[in-house]
Amino acid sequence: MEPLSWTGSLSVLNPIYLALWAAFGIAVIAQIVLSFVSPSAEMQGSALAAKKTPGEMAGTASRYLFLGIIALTLIYLIGGILIPGIENKGIVGAISARFLPVWIALVVTFALSITFKRKLGLYGKLFDSFVGMIGFAIVMFWVFTGVFSAMDLIVTHDPLSQVSGMKNKSPGEPLAGAEAGEYAFYLLGGDNLARDVFSRMVSGSWVVIQIAPLATLFAFMVGITLGLPAAYYGGKLDTFLSFLANLILAFPVILLFYLLVTPEIVATGLPSYMASVLFLFPIIFLVVLFNSRFYTQPSKQKVYVGGILIVGLLLYFSLISQDRTPLNFWPDALDLFDIPGGVLVVFVSVVFVNSPTVFRIVRGIALDIKTRDYVAAGQTRGEGPWYIMLWEILPNARGPLIVDFCLRIGYTTILLGTLGFFGLGLPPESPDWGSTINDGRRLLSIYPHPALAPAIALMSLVLGLNLLADGLREESLKD
Amino acid sequence: MGLFILRRLGVMILTALCLTFIVFFLTNLYPNLEKLAKTQGNQRMSDEAVTSYLGKNGYLQPLPVKYGQWLGVLPGHTFTDDEGKITGRCIKRGMEPADAPTFCGILQGDWGQSTVFKADVGEIVSTRLGLTGWLMLFVMLLMVPSALIVGVLAGMREGSKLDRSLSTFSIASTATPEYVSGVIFITLFASSAGVKWFKGTATSAADDITFENFFLPVLTIALYGMGYIARMTRASMTEVMTAQYIRTARLKGVSFPNIVMKHALRNALIAPFTVIMLQFPWLLNGVVIVETLFNYKGFGWTLVQAAGNNDIELLLACSVVAVFVVLITQLISDIGYVFLNPRIRIA
Repeated sequence: MEPLSWTGSLSVLNPIYLALWAAFGIAVIAQIVLSFVSPSAEMQGSALAAKKTPGEMAGTASRYLFLGIIALTLIYLIGGILIPGIENKGIVGAISARFLPVWIALVVTFALSITFKRKLGLYGKLFDSFVGMIGFAIVMFWVFTGVFSAMDLIVTHDPLSQVSGMKNKSPGEPLAGAEAGEYAFYLLGGDNLARDVFSRMVSGSWVVIQIAPLATLFAFMVGITLGLPAAYYGGKLDTFLSFLANLILAFPVILLFYLLVTPEIVATGLPSYMASVLFLFPIIFLVVLFNSRFYTQPSKQKVYVGGILIVGLLLYFSLISQDRTPLNFWPDALDLFDIPGGVLVVFVSVVFVNSPTVFRIVRGIALDIKTRDYVAAGQTRGEGPWYIMLWEILPNARGPLIVDFCLRIGYTTILLGTLGFFGLGLPPESPDWGSTINDGRRLLSIYPHPALAPAIALMSLVLGLNLLADGLREESLKD
Repeated sequence: MGLFILRRLGVMILTALCLTFIVFFLTNLYPNLEKLAKTQGNQRMSDEAVTSYLGKNGYLQPLPVKYGQWLGVLPGHTFTDDEGKITGRCIKRGMEPADAPTFCGILQGDWGQSTVFKADVGEIVSTRLGLTGWLMLFVMLLMVPSALIVGVLAGMREGSKLDRSLSTFSIASTATPEYVSGVIFITLFASSAGVKWFKGTATSAADDITFENFFLPVLTIALYGMGYIARMTRASMTEVMTAQYIRTARLKGVSFPNIVMKHALRNALIAPFTVIMLQFPWLLNGVVIVETLFNYKGFGWTLVQAAGNNDIELLLACSVVAVFVVLITQLISDIGYVFLNPRIRIA
C-alpha cells in the first residue's frame, strides 16, 4: 500500500488554501502599517468620515480572508469525514474522521450552551466573547478527546504496543503486516519504539485531563484554606504562613521535582506522607464551609457535616492508603480505588508546587476585601470569623480566582509536561505528552514527528486555557 | 531604608538556611545515600559494604551534625581505619592529617567535593555559572527590549488591530513552554524536515559562541518569558494612556508619537521593571530545560546531573545559588521600585 498523502483527494484545494493564508498575512500587515501612516478613525471621528481609509479596507479584506480560511479548514475536516475510502481522505481527513465523536460532542455542547446562554450565568456570558469561545472550544476538544480515548473510541492502535517494521516511520505509513480489523495506517507515523504516535498523543490527553484540573482544584483548596485566615487574622499566623509560602516559592521547581519524585524518595514514603497532609485540606475546607453556614441550624449542620465527613474520610483513606507504600493500613474492603504507581506522586508534587502561589493570590485579594464595609457589617452582626471568610469574602473574590483557576490548569499542564520531560514520576512508557517529548527529543533532528505531535497538542491545550481565561476575565469585568 | 535592607537580608539568610536544610534532609535520606554508595562503589554492593562505605565517609552521623559540618560550624568528620590511616572530610588528597584544618564548610569557603564530576564544587559551580551567565545575558538582551516594544505598541491604542495581533502573540508565547518551543524550533530550523539554518545542540557554544549554535536556545528561553512581560507592559501602558495628563496633552494638540514617546512611556515602564526582575527565577527554570534540551553544559545542566546522581554537595551548592538568585532579585525589584516610583516609601 502507498503511504497516505496529507490531504488525499482534497489536494486540489491546497494551492487555494496557501494563497488565502498568504493574502491574509499581507492584509493584516498592511492594516497594521497603514494604521501608523494614516491617523486612526477615532481621532477624526469615524461617524463623519464617509470615505473608507485604506486601513479600513485592509481590515475588511483581512476579515473576509479569515472567514475564507475557516471555511476551507472546515471543508478539509468535514470532507475527511464524508469522503469514502481512507486513501482518499488523506492524513488530515482520516484524523478528522477518527475525531468524529469529539466533533459531535463539541457541536452539541456549543448548540446547547448558546441556546440557553442567558440562563447560565458567567458560563453563558463566555459565549458573548469570541476569544473566550475559541478558548473554550480548544479546551473542550481535548477534554472530550481525553474522555473518549479512555473509552477506546479515538485511538487507532494500542498506545503501548510495538509493531515491527514501523520504527521511526513518517506520517501516513501503512501498517506493516496489517491484519483484517486492524487500522491499516500509522496516521502520524511511528516513534523510536515503533509505537503509533497518533494513538499516544490521543491517550496522553487523558493523563492530562485526569490530573491537571483535579490537582489545580486541590491546590486551590489548600491555598484558600490557608490564605483566608492568614489575611483575615494577620499577625504571627500571617508572617509564618507567608514565610513558608515564600520558602517553597524560592525553590526552583525542577530542583523540587528532582528531590520529591525520584524512586528513592518514593521508597521512603515521603510523598505518601505529604499526600496525607495535603489531601486533608479539601475535607477541612468543606467541613468548615458547611459548618459555618449551618451553625445556627443544628439539624442541617449535623446532616451536612456528617455526610461530608463520612464520604470525605472514606475517599481520603482510600486515596492515601496505597499498596507498596509505608501507608497501607486501610482495610481492602473499604479501599475504593488504587491509584496507579507514579500518578499519586506526580499529583502530590504538582499540588505542593502550586499551592503557595494560590495562597499568595487568595491572601492578596482577601487583604483587600477585608477592609470593605460589608465585612465590617458582618462583624457587627456577630457573624463568626469563618463565616465571614468563607461566605462573605470568598464569594466576592470569585472573579479573579476563576480566571486564575483556568490559567493555573494551563500552568499545571506545563508542569506535568516538565516532569515527563525529565522522565520523573510517571512510568517511562506512559503516553503522557511530556514523556513522549522526552522520548522523541533524542532523534529530533532526524525524525521530528514523534516529539512534534505531543508538543503541538500540549501547546494548543495551554493556549486554549489561556484564551478561556482571557475571555472569562473580559466578561467578568463587564459586571 | 537601611533597616529595611537589613531586615530583608536577615530573612534571606534564614530562608537560605531553611532551604539548604530541607535539601540536606532530602538528599540524606537512607535510600538516597544507598544509591550514592552504589554509584560510587558498584551496583552489587552488599548491605554491609554500603554501611561501611557510608560510615567511612561520615554519612551515618546524625543529620544536624552533618549539616553543621557542611556549614563549617562543627569540626569536620574524620575516620581512622584499621591500619591507623586517617581520612576525613577536611583532609584533601595528598594532605597530612595533621595539617588539615578542623573546620571546612561553606563558611570557610569550602564547598566540598562533587561525587559525579570528581572535582571541587566551588570550581564547578563558578565555571558553569559563567556559561549560564552568557546564556542569561543574551536572553535578556533579546527578551527585554522586544517584550517592551511589543507591550508598548499593543497598549498605546487599546482594542486596535495591532493590539489584537500582538496580544494574541503574547498569549501564544506564554502558552508555549520551553520544551515545546524548543522542539518546534529544532524541527523547523535545525532538522532534515525543515531548513538547516542553526544547530540543534549548543554544546560547542561552551567554547565559542556563534549565532548558529546559540540563537535557538536563547530564542527558546526568551520567547516563554517575553509574553508575560509584554502583557504586563501592555496593561500598564493602557492604564497610563487613559490618565488625565495624557488627555490634557492630547487636547493641547500634542502629536500622538510625541505623547507616547515623551509623556506615556516613562510612567508605563515602572510596573514592568518589577516583573522583569521577578522573571529571573523563572529564567532559571527555563535555563534548566533548555540546557538539557540543547545539551549546553551550564548551571542548569549541572543541576540536573547533580540531582539525578544524588551528588549531595553539588546539589546543595546549586540550591544555594538558586535561592540567592531568587531572593536578591526580589530585593532589587523592591528597592528599584522605590527609586522609580517616588510615591512609594518604605519606612
